[in-house]
Amino acid sequence: MTGSATETRYRDGARRIAPIAVAAAIFGVSFGVLAGSTGFDAVAAIVMSATTFAGSAQFAAASVLGAGGGVAAAAASASMLNARYAPIGVSVAPVIRGGPLRRLVESQLIVDESWALSRRADGSHDRPILIGAGLTLYVGWVGGTAVGAFAGDALGDPQRYGLDAAFPALFLALLVPQVRSRRALAAALAGGAIALALLPFTPAGIPIIAASAACLLGLRAE
Amino acid sequence: MTTVWIVVLVVGLATMALKAVGPLVLGGRALPARFTGVVALLAPALLSALVVTQTLGADEGLVLDERVAGVAAGAGALALRAPLLAVVVVAAAVTAGVRALTG
Repeated sequence: MTGSATETRYRDGARRIAPIAVAAAIFGVSFGVLAGSTGFDAVAAIVMSATTFAGSAQFAAASVLGAGGGVAAAAASASMLNARYAPIGVSVAPVIRGGPLRRLVESQLIVDESWALSRRADGSHDRPILIGAGLTLYVGWVGGTAVGAFAGDALGDPQRYGLDAAFPALFLALLVPQVRSRRALAAALAGGAIALALLPFTPAGIPIIAASAACLLGLRAE
Repeated sequence: MTTVWIVVLVVGLATMALKAVGPLVLGGRALPARFTGVVALLAPALLSALVVTQTLGADEGLVLDERVAGVAAGAGALALRAPLLAVVVVAAAVTAGVRALTG
């Protein structure tokens, strides 16, 4: 492939994720504001968005601290929420290339949305889409956090705009084309059922990582 | 060092490690054959779980709120073969609308 064609596909990833990046940026603003109200200084909030780059875990950590929880409780709840990134990282490993440092840096652009958008029908991942979408989300998330942390909240609660429903709708839209086979359908149903069964009883994060066990259906012979 | 900064550093390092472990150990190579069948099903299993937890999840565990209407409307748009952007916008708009009417 020529360089310019690859470049176009990076832009394609950026363009396709753009509406979700706007939603992520507005949630970033609200994270900056929430973090400020729970004792984060602006730099700490921005550093957290730049290093953790995972919205639900950051909201969880800030909420636990705001509710008077300790370091261990905040770190444990955030880490449980992010445990899914271990299997997700394995699934995109074939397209993260180069030396160890480059792989370490590029792997940080893996988030649910860039991972899901970059998945091809055959189960492999499209590297330019992953990186282009990941970078766009990163800029939105970290930039939004900085706006919220320094400038406060002019936009109000993202939920007012229904943006909390934009993310599950995106995941649903990306799920549907992937359940073409009976095995994929079985994994989707099992994963959803496991998450639903655990959701009322377990801390956030556990339903998702437990649901990923449904992919072990893949060990069975076709 | 303050509590906040300890949490920022611990969670940041833990998340970076979780994201990096697969690419650092296996990066740039085809996945071992044993893994491929399993990894192929990771996306449907996890995406389905994300739809469930982000539509119904809340601090109190499970709640039915305006998001359900929004995601259902998004599903309707999907059934009509609407593009991704339209699905997301419909879901957000319906959620915001129902919230404005009931809130």
